[in-house]
Amino acid sequence: MKIIVCIKQVPDTNEVRINPETGTLMREGVPSIMNPDDKAALEAALRIKDASGARVIGLSMGPRQAEDVLREALAMGADECYLLTDRAFGGADTWATSSTLAAAIKQIGCDLVLTGRQAIDGDTAQVGPGIAEHLGMPNLSYAEDIRIDGSDVIVRQQYDDSIYTVRAAMPALVTVLSELNEPRYMTPGGIFDAYREKELTVWGRDDIEIEDENIGLKGSPTRVAKSFPKSVKAPGMTINEGADESVQFIVDKLKEKYIL
Amino acid sequence: MDFTLSKEQQMARQLFRDFAVKEVEPLAREIDEEHRFPDETVEKMHKYGFMGIPFSKEYGGQGCDTLTYVLAVEELSRVCGTTGVIVSAHTSLAAGAIDSKGTAEQKEKYLRALNTDKLGAFALTEPDAGTDAGSQRTTAVSDGDEYVLNGSKIFITNAGPADIYVVFAMTDASQGTRGISAFIVEKGRPGFDFGLAEKKMGIHGSSTRELIFTDCRIPRENLLGREGKGFGLAMGTLDGGRIGIAAQAVGIAQGALDKTIAYVKERKQFGRAISKFQNTQFQLANMATEIESARYLTYLAAEKKDTGERYSYEAAMAKLKASRTANYVSSLAVQLHGGYGYIQDYDVERMMRDAKITEIYEGTSEVMQMVISGSLLG
Amino acid sequence: MAYKGVFTFAEQIDGVLTNVSYELIGKARDLAKDLDEDVTAVLLGEKISHLAPELIAGGADRVLYLDRAELKVYRTEPYTQAMTYVIEEYKPEILLIGATALGRDLGPRLAARVHTGLTADCTALEIDPENKELRMTRPAFGGNLMATILCADHRPQMATVRPGVMVREVADPERAGEIIQLDFKPEKNDCYVTVEEIAKKIGQHVDITEADVLVAGGRGVGGAEGFAILQELADVLGGEMAASRAVVDAGWQAKERQVGQTGKTVRPGLYFAVGISGAIQHLAGMEEAEYIVAINKNPDAAIFSVADVGIVGDLFEIVPKLIAALKKEI
Repeated sequence: MKIIVCIKQVPDTNEVRINPETGTLMREGVPSIMNPDDKAALEAALRIKDASGARVIGLSMGPRQAEDVLREALAMGADECYLLTDRAFGGADTWATSSTLAAAIKQIGCDLVLTGRQAIDGDTAQVGPGIAEHLGMPNLSYAEDIRIDGSDVIVRQQYDDSIYTVRAAMPALVTVLSELNEPRYMTPGGIFDAYREKELTVWGRDDIEIEDENIGLKGSPTRVAKSFPKSVKAPGMTINEGADESVQFIVDKLKEKYIL
Repeated sequence: MDFTLSKEQQMARQLFRDFAVKEVEPLAREIDEEHRFPDETVEKMHKYGFMGIPFSKEYGGQGCDTLTYVLAVEELSRVCGTTGVIVSAHTSLAAGAIDSKGTAEQKEKYLRALNTDKLGAFALTEPDAGTDAGSQRTTAVSDGDEYVLNGSKIFITNAGPADIYVVFAMTDASQGTRGISAFIVEKGRPGFDFGLAEKKMGIHGSSTRELIFTDCRIPRENLLGREGKGFGLAMGTLDGGRIGIAAQAVGIAQGALDKTIAYVKERKQFGRAISKFQNTQFQLANMATEIESARYLTYLAAEKKDTGERYSYEAAMAKLKASRTANYVSSLAVQLHGGYGYIQDYDVERMMRDAKITEIYEGTSEVMQMVISGSLLG
Repeated sequence: MAYKGVFTFAEQIDGVLTNVSYELIGKARDLAKDLDEDVTAVLLGEKISHLAPELIAGGADRVLYLDRAELKVYRTEPYTQAMTYVIEEYKPEILLIGATALGRDLGPRLAARVHTGLTADCTALEIDPENKELRMTRPAFGGNLMATILCADHRPQMATVRPGVMVREVADPERAGEIIQLDFKPEKNDCYVTVEEIAKKIGQHVDITEADVLVAGGRGVGGAEGFAILQELADVLGGEMAASRAVVDAGWQAKERQVGQTGKTVRPGLYFAVGISGAIQHLAGMEEAEYIVAINKNPDAAIFSVADVGIVGDLFEIVPKLIAALKKEI
């Protein structure tokens, strides 16, 4: 069984700080990590591999340094990885990204595609379903459990107030929540293998079959008109007094604002 | 001369750091206060291959280099000196001895187990044989297809939780140090018991106990290396162990420095953070410089070991320097914390207590000076 | 035929319209006014025609509905086919979908099928007065930045909007509107899945996006037991209890109470942030609250930068006293 896991390298947005003076984002020095939902997808694939055997293939689209997260995937136990990197892919929105990844997946071939629900920098949750559409596969979102049953995949999907248990014939695509599992650590030997023994193939624009009109900035129906820091709300009053004074302060303020 | 870590080593260091912060640090204070051996941590470390880093994949090891192993001990020790020495004694000494002189069958049976799910210990020291390690009183008498062990060992790290012990004993007292042999002894062997756990100044979570052999019979094939060659094996293995302890000491020192930097930025006296005072700044500069030099001596010794050439000199220097540094830095760390440094809620007092032993075990600083001067004077 | 009209997807579960469906219509009315066009709500399901008048009362000029057995329970493929049909037949200028789990599953599949752009989790939608394009604003970079997105050359311009962000119209049962039943049959294909079981989530179903008062607890509460006093405070104020992501991850509270970037966005009249440090991901979910009171032991906690009232202190001392004081007032 062949499983492709789509992995994105993202800045650790939990570590990003706003410059207190200018109100702008301080991006420098922010470490790059494997997107947490994607790590959970990779872990899910590795568990299927542990249980019933499978070939786990990592795939990423990004700048050259995205190689780091693919090496991490190999160190965790993926069998091989592909990096799609080319200037031509740059500036892609979710349509162009999902088209590009789908083209690569079609070429590599697989039974199951696992992706994270969303990336912590884009937060759209659109690429997974987009890939499924381009490949003509069913997509099962928000998986909190995945099981293989013969040539079917059975997924427990977490909707807002219900859990759906859904069965689909493979090939299929499943998007995974980071709550699904606790990803394993790499092993030191795995790290050495990732750099010395395992295959990491780099593909440029010409290595995949795709039309120019579906890649990169030119292939993106949406584009960013502008980005700006959030308007900083003026802070109110903060006091550091005893408990009784604090409580009185709160009650007075709530009355003042007609909340009480 | 390339002083940068390779990509693999950088990634490995990050792995060890993440594991240390997430799995080891939360328990550090607790295992010290309760004098509790961290079984759950050792199990996790076995699971992720941290207990067999520098050994061949042929016997279930991770197939990495010594420097990667040093990074593991350093990062673990940074948050918990106890966890660092558990790994070091197990890897450098117990597994190291078997890797060095074990037969293929012994490696298959014991090294594989140590790499994957069993803990090891190294038993050389006796009540009357510390620095004078050659004065072994424990005896191993050949009897048919067995050896019979009698005697006792003290201050053995991992004693109790460990399943596999490399034990040194006198097979021929008339030969002096050339009458010493090494054996592999499994826990549970009749006649092999443990004494009470020692109450130590520091590394409280590390299990340090006496081993007592009373007519303990072990199979002949558990002789490790050749009869009479045990002392050489012990000395050679300890060279590797010194690199591990140096790594532990560097880690403890770095951990103490990290805590101190965070503290001095927050602590305010005389209307400002004490990090603004020049004395504090100068002390931090000194601490960092000492740590960096100890670190690179340690990395140098690790690299030298992997070339296959003799490395006793570098290993002794690394341990001598690193252990002194750990004591200097951790003591100064307590001082810079002021009164709070003496309080157990703040980790630096534990680090200071943990640091002391690095100048003593696996060869005292005096022995290190003997090795180094011996090399200088030829 | 040119693209015209502001369409919304009316989400119904078990024959009940979700609140976001009304919120979308509220926003659609503003956009339609600027475009001088009409608002159409699209409703899919089985035996749901009785919901159409409610959508008209909620502000829709027209309701298109499809009543089919295979649409009773949501599945991506038949719903995507039905919405594709609507888009191809009616050519809407704009299509809004609620960013519920369902909406965030349907939206991207649909956008890919009709090859158009989709902007997720919009917090603001406006018509550009000059070129009449839809300007879609959303949080980016993990909530650290805002971005305005355009979909200039593809139609419909699609956006998903989180529940609790837009404002619904006051219902007007006298409103007149057109109700049209569609005639389209989704076709089974390889993308069909089998729904084997639907389990309602156990535990009291709480919708914190509906509460006007929220008392949220963070890591500072220390454990599940600590939340008892927060629940009491919420009860006294007639509100609900909520939680930060750290609390939900630790298992102290259920996910449905989570406020933040990967939880829910809330806009209550009063929000208590108790023992919450104020990480960007949390602020993203609650900073639009009308009045924010923060209680935290750490004077440097980021939450104080958005709080209207900040109290530095021990929540276990302050909250019980606050409950007593409020009981006297209320």
